[in-house]
Amino acid sequence: MNNFRYLENVVTLHLDESICIGCGRCLEVCPHQVFVPKDKKVTFSDRDACMECGACALNCPVKAITVDAGVGCASGMINEWLREHNIVIINFGECCS
Amino acid sequence: MEYIVPPGLYAIGYPESSDPVLVTANYKMSYDSVRQSLTGRNVWLLVLETYGINVWCAAGKGTFGTGELVRRVKSTGLADIVSHRRLLLPILGAPGVAAHEVARRCGFSVSYATIRAADLPEYLDNGLVTTPEMRQLTFTIYERLVLIPVEIIMALKVIGIVGVTLLLVIGLLGSMTAGILGLCAFIGACFFGIVLGPLLLPWLPGRSFAVKGAIVGTIWSWLFYLMAGGSGWNGAVSAALFIALPAVSSFYTLNFTGCSTYTSRSGVKREMHVGLPVMGIALVVSIMFLLAGRYLI
Repeated sequence: MNNFRYLENVVTLHLDESICIGCGRCLEVCPHQVFVPKDKKVTFSDRDACMECGACALNCPVKAITVDAGVGCASGMINEWLREHNIVIINFGECCS
Repeated sequence: MEYIVPPGLYAIGYPESSDPVLVTANYKMSYDSVRQSLTGRNVWLLVLETYGINVWCAAGKGTFGTGELVRRVKSTGLADIVSHRRLLLPILGAPGVAAHEVARRCGFSVSYATIRAADLPEYLDNGLVTTPEMRQLTFTIYERLVLIPVEIIMALKVIGIVGVTLLLVIGLLGSMTAGILGLCAFIGACFFGIVLGPLLLPWLPGRSFAVKGAIVGTIWSWLFYLMAGGSGWNGAVSAALFIALPAVSSFYTLNFTGCSTYTSRSGVKREMHVGLPVMGIALVVSIMFLLAGRYLI
């Protein structure tokens, strides 16, 4: 993904290294190599590469990782917003349907 | 057409109790690509009920998830069929599956194998070891290209409604020729935003999809200006086009974040918070220019 970089300093990914037991699950599930092993635990190698899929947080057995996970789909989010505000104009289509 | 494979346990070749168990979604293309890559091998394939949705999307929705996996392991009686206790999952299924929960609830350990089905043979031959390449997500021009037709179809309805409105309003207030020109300009801007923005993604400057879209929209504005004889227009019309068309393209390229393999929800939210108001203002300013050009100049 060398040519693909998204916005810096926006992701909600957090890692509490004091809780980490170094099981390595997050290294296994992350498709963007956000983590790297360090002193029998993990640390961030590239936090801004995170796409907030939530795989690491869900698979962390000690809940050392938190992230506001979700699909970043603009039309889905617009629809969500329209629904929340009870505005029914037009459906912009959903992702992943 | 039928895109759904009945969920359950399938045998590829003639697997025995010691052979590996791979897990996939019941979207026919997922199932077929896994089966194809495993031709000539003896493995078990556990197909989860994801209602015909691919692994990644289903994992995001939670249907390719811990609950369904545990249920399917139990309902197929997998524990009696295989002698080992290991499930091999696609890496992109991980956003839906908590491996430690699966182990706790049904006794099977989860290994996340590869992202692509095509890497499975090497993974199996490699002694179930995932190489860095196997967990490296890509977004090649081909991978982007195959997504575009779906994007076009999804957008058609909105483009149709807006396009016809544009044609009628400009046709009635101005002339039919102007209406048709406006329609062409609009459709071109949609096309550039939906097709060219995503295709040129890594080469367009900036990180924001909205900005990348505005850039292809500006290119389209120039092309349209040159092709449609823009030098003969009054300044207000030209200004209106150069303001509105990039906004339209920008919206559609921003929408492609839903298909991309590297954008985060928080990033898209930030882009939308800034981008949508700017696009809205651009459209209003553009309409004001058009009206001014029609009635004042």
